[in-house]
Amino acid sequence: MDHLILRVTSKLLFAPIILFALYVQFHGDYGPGGGFQAGVIFAVAFILHAFCFGLEETRKVLPQKALTIAMVIGFLLYSGTGLVTMLLGANFLDYDALVPNSTHHAGQHYGIIIVELGVGTAVAATMLTIFYHFTGREPDIDQEDW
Amino acid sequence: MSIVAQLPVLPIVMPIMAAPITLLLPRGRAPHLWACLFTWLTFAACIALFREVAATGPISYALGDWAPPIGIEYRIDLANALVLLLVSGIASVVFPFAYRSVQLEVDQRQTPLFYGALLICMTGLLGVTITGDAFNVFVFLEISSLSTYALIAMGARRDRRALTAAFNYLVMGTIGATFFVIGIGLLYQSTGTLNMADLAQQLIGQDNRMVQAGFAFILVGMGLKLAMFPMHLWLPNAYTYAPSAVTAFLAATATKVAVYVIIRFFFSVFNFDFAFIGAAFTYVLLPLGLAGMFVASFVAVFQEDVKRMLAYSSVAQIGYMLLGLSFATVEGLTASLVHIFNHALMKAALFMAVACVVLRSGSHSIHAFAGLSKRMPVTTWAFIISGLSLIGVPLTVGFISKWYLLNAAFAAGHWYAGFLIVASSLIALAYIGRVAEVMLLKEPADDGKFVLPKEEAPLSMLVPMWILVAANIYFGVRTDLTGDIATRAAEALMMMAGGAP
Repeated sequence: MDHLILRVTSKLLFAPIILFALYVQFHGDYGPGGGFQAGVIFAVAFILHAFCFGLEETRKVLPQKALTIAMVIGFLLYSGTGLVTMLLGANFLDYDALVPNSTHHAGQHYGIIIVELGVGTAVAATMLTIFYHFTGREPDIDQEDW
Repeated sequence: MSIVAQLPVLPIVMPIMAAPITLLLPRGRAPHLWACLFTWLTFAACIALFREVAATGPISYALGDWAPPIGIEYRIDLANALVLLLVSGIASVVFPFAYRSVQLEVDQRQTPLFYGALLICMTGLLGVTITGDAFNVFVFLEISSLSTYALIAMGARRDRRALTAAFNYLVMGTIGATFFVIGIGLLYQSTGTLNMADLAQQLIGQDNRMVQAGFAFILVGMGLKLAMFPMHLWLPNAYTYAPSAVTAFLAATATKVAVYVIIRFFFSVFNFDFAFIGAAFTYVLLPLGLAGMFVASFVAVFQEDVKRMLAYSSVAQIGYMLLGLSFATVEGLTASLVHIFNHALMKAALFMAVACVVLRSGSHSIHAFAGLSKRMPVTTWAFIISGLSLIGVPLTVGFISKWYLLNAAFAAGHWYAGFLIVASSLIALAYIGRVAEVMLLKEPADDGKFVLPKEEAPLSMLVPMWILVAANIYFGVRTDLTGDIATRAAEALMMMAGGAP
């Protein structure tokens, strides 16, 4: 088997990278970090996988169709939070409406965690989509992938 | 939730949430119907918003309940309510129209992406218009621009040159947006705020180099986006090679929104206490507006491609809008706002007529228009009536625009500008007349580059097109609607700018 050391190392690294992405994701509302950075780190794990095992193997794990759905879900998580606050009678993205009568603005924490999760999902899916299309060797992007 | 209290945010939230869902819909009819539904809902929300603003005055909406100037504020007064109405109205007509045209010109497998991008583009344009936050303008500008680049590139199925046109626009548009954001950055540096109303307050008495540089960057950046002569070079190719329905939508909305941004910044953020504002009006906008009117019209006369001819004509018409606002009077500003509205109506109708011809003949070269009056009379007359409107014939909206513009020119003492407006209208007569002559009198000569149209365009295209042609005449007769609203909007803007009302 070719590139044995590379492949074993990248397999070892795969899980810690994703763990780190999740740390950055859920740490983001208090410390440095957040959905955008976490999404990129998350995507990096799969890009590393594609580098070491080939794009086709990665596509088996995460097909383009799944990425498209993830992009949409990520975006809808964000805007959906705004829609829910509107339905609860407050302004768009006024997270306080999520937990009314809270003494320490608990709604703001819930709101930002959900929104950052949406950002993370959408960014990871978009990064991978861009990567797939740039590394795919077809002369034209295969439209059946969309 | 109270629907009235949430009304200001609905024109943004509805289409932007609908757009990603479009991606998941099956190819074919579904994405189109879904997109149409949301343009209509958005149009309805914009009408409600417009009525609300006209009845009670400016509305302010704090996103996330973060009070301005800290949070992002949506602020709707008559001027942007009119532009909102225009953008959503044009969208609600062009989207239903697009189906057959897109079927021909865009890869069928890309339709979910296409309608998604079109919805995002509309959201971006509405967002630029509705927001009262200077940085938010930039964000929405990028949202609309990025989707526009993709939409133009989708014309590559018919003509690969769409790719270079889109890339050209991408480079120019990005430079424009960068200049704009540098300008905002300089203003932020000197005031510490991004809210437009607050910016206007903080800028009072700050006539220094940084503010002047910020102003210049904003003017040049937006000038690129609105294709101000001589920064219009991206526009003819982008409009020519984009799918026809996209051209109809962009020509009617994108540059108009950029003109609105110029108006908003010149009159609501900066004010007449700054000496450089007056200088910019007199020595930049006035001459460039006049030059654009003539040079672009003149170039349009010699185009072999009708789409490209209309694109150059758009550059010339933007000259009229800049000329109107460069007078810095209520009359001038009114003329500019009226022409934003009216030109959108006529240009959308004209490009839609071209889209019908492309559908049936496969070409937008002038040769494909030969003898069209016998084969596609309904389309021919739509083109001719909107063409007359472009020239400025009485009973059409074009006449109203020119009338307000002439009034403004003479009232401001620029009588020579009045004559130049009339003279440049005669050039419009030349290029529209040339196409009309070919359509009515010439016999079709088959050179193999296009097919002779066998039948009229389908009803799904004719009806939206004629709605706009009818609007051209309706608003040309009922001038009180646009004229009064534009006058009230202009008076409010002049009050903010501190000029004599």
